[in-house]
Amino acid sequence: MRQIAIYGKGGIGKSTTTQNTVAGLSEAGYKCMIVGCDPKADATRLILHKKAQATVMDMARERGTVEDLEIEEVLLTGFRGIRCAESGGPEPGVGCAGRGVITAINFLEENGAYEADTDFVFYDVLGDVVCGGFAMPIREGKAKEIYIVTSGEMMAMYAANNISRGILKYAQSGGVRLGGLICNSRKTDKEYELISELAKRLNTQMIHFVPRDNQVQRAELRRMTVIEYSPEHPQADEYRALAKKIAENKNLVIPTPLTMDELESLLMEFGILENEEAAA
Amino acid sequence: MSTAIKETQKLIEEVLDAYPEKAKKDRAKHLAANDPSGQCSTCQVKSNIKSRPGVMTVRGCAYAGAKGVVWGPVKDQITISHGPIGCGQYSWWARRNYYNGQTGIDTFGTMHITTDFQEKDIVYGGDKNLHAALHELKELFPLAKSMGILSECPVGLIGDDIEAVSKKAAKELGIPIVPVRCEGFRGVSQSLGHHIANDTIRDYILGKGKLEKTTPYDVALIGDYNIGGDAWASRKMLEEMGLRVIAQWTGDASINEMGIAHKAKLNLIHCYRSMNYICRHMEETYGIPWVEFNFFGPTKIYQSLRKIASYFDDRIKENAEKMIEKYKPVMDAVVEQYKPRLEGKKVMLYVGGLRPRHTIGAYEDLGMEVVASGYEFGHNDDYKRTYPEMKEGAVIMDDATLYELEEFTRRLRPDMVGSGIKEKYSYHKMGVPFRQMHSWDYSGPYHGFDGFPVFARDMDMTVNSPTWDLIRRKR
Repeated sequence: MRQIAIYGKGGIGKSTTTQNTVAGLSEAGYKCMIVGCDPKADATRLILHKKAQATVMDMARERGTVEDLEIEEVLLTGFRGIRCAESGGPEPGVGCAGRGVITAINFLEENGAYEADTDFVFYDVLGDVVCGGFAMPIREGKAKEIYIVTSGEMMAMYAANNISRGILKYAQSGGVRLGGLICNSRKTDKEYELISELAKRLNTQMIHFVPRDNQVQRAELRRMTVIEYSPEHPQADEYRALAKKIAENKNLVIPTPLTMDELESLLMEFGILENEEAAA
Repeated sequence: MSTAIKETQKLIEEVLDAYPEKAKKDRAKHLAANDPSGQCSTCQVKSNIKSRPGVMTVRGCAYAGAKGVVWGPVKDQITISHGPIGCGQYSWWARRNYYNGQTGIDTFGTMHITTDFQEKDIVYGGDKNLHAALHELKELFPLAKSMGILSECPVGLIGDDIEAVSKKAAKELGIPIVPVRCEGFRGVSQSLGHHIANDTIRDYILGKGKLEKTTPYDVALIGDYNIGGDAWASRKMLEEMGLRVIAQWTGDASINEMGIAHKAKLNLIHCYRSMNYICRHMEETYGIPWVEFNFFGPTKIYQSLRKIASYFDDRIKENAEKMIEKYKPVMDAVVEQYKPRLEGKKVMLYVGGLRPRHTIGAYEDLGMEVVASGYEFGHNDDYKRTYPEMKEGAVIMDDATLYELEEFTRRLRPDMVGSGIKEKYSYHKMGVPFRQMHSWDYSGPYHGFDGFPVFARDMDMTVNSPTWDLIRRKR
């Protein structure tokens, strides 16, 4: 069983990319599971064809304690037998979402959610590693492999670099490794080259460049992955390619995060700042 | 420098020698030989600093200071421990703050009320539960005059907005709801909890009570927590002097008393450490002077009665003299009975608040000598008030460690140690006479004319009990 965590800046497309990739893996015959680690609980919507109603924490709140839950109540099955769980958590501004992730993952582990014949477990984690709770999926004995979803936008790259710092900490204490950057294209200038270079500087690879395509949006509106909605569409092949690369990936490294200055000079190097000046 | 000071400094150095270099350097700042004159520059201890990890401090936390000391004794307020069960459970009426009233009807002092956090409250926030609890409590206990929300650590971590809940519920329920941000991780000891609690009294209660008419003799008794009935003993005396005690904080206190103290002509402060803040506030805002007093033992009582009377007219002054005349024979009889049994006995104290200095006079009245004294959570101003009370060369300890307490006991060989519940049993095992001087070891009162005979009896009972010899002989 390989446990994989997906991180990246908020809104970058982590959940969409994860679900499409998992659909690809599933299609290729792997047995997969997705654990959504975000109070918004929208990490499994495209697999289950609805927003998960029964998150671990919501059910625990209803029952009183997490001990009163049965695993079947929170572990649902969707497209191609993909098993889905959502940690759930509070609405913004109250409580502690991080603790919710810890409680939920402990519950799933203790109750045998990870079956022996599972090939891949994907943790889809909220934005940045803001506190200990959101680092839970990469603590010892859990995900050993991390992929960061990014784009050529500056803030997405900042976030990717920050997450690498978090990985560095856990790489030394736990053994987690960075598997690569997934570029979810925003069609920014020289995006392919820029993210390839960023990956190189981080001591990793750009495992795949997912082009921007409206088909993703069309599938999402129908609560489906592209692979399910339009298996023949070229975008479905992109996700299949990404799934294959992840399945075959052996390039797992300890990242080498950049300083702020280095990151900014990287952008300069690719002429993005000069180009803007010329355009102005 | 006198030989007494030099000898004690040598003794302290010997005790410190067991520590590793860094700990030794740190702890050296908190131990000193007493110099009542204030001339010796190396005889001042550092205080109110974070405890050194690993030395087994006996300090408490901010929650302990706010809930256990200041707010807990207020009898007609429901004091809620907001958070998981333990903090409230283990601080449940530990200090024996006596009060009059029908518990569960109009008073709530001995009750333990908590929001009992579960995982779901941490994850989803405890504010909804808290709001529901406030409504339930008001329904169950309609005579509650106020409710206090005492924050435990997790509440601070998850950022529950207890102020917003308080505001809303106060409007709905028509009584003050007091949010107290006394999370245990704040500050270095329980001392910050006292300060936080004082600030909430100021913001939510003070000045909001009703007092029909005032007299020139109105006083407020501040910082007496009525442990074993202490505040009652003190109040009786003030009333016999001709003063009118309009508020008694917070032992046996009602919310109304907490709200009218600003009408007092003089604030009488017993525990300076835990309540000087509100006295200073009333001085600045309402122009009320405040005076420290000490009702432990006849010598200090006589001095204090005269000191308090000096703020009033001749009638009060005469009353004070009459009282001294009246009670002196009673006090002399107590001294006569117990002094022969206690004369020359040495005492070591390690307590909190005001006791490390305030009880010295009472021991001296019985012919005993306090050879070492220290505070768990004192500040510099406490120590400044302590140096002149003690003999030259006495040991002064700040935030003492269990090792230091044991080692000083071995070397100074006190006939009695007065400290807290955490120290009690190690002293029992050592066979050293011990009294739990936080809650008077289930006795009291020790304040005033009523208290001194009890104090003297208890000290005799402790020091001269044959039990200790039996323990020591066995070893």
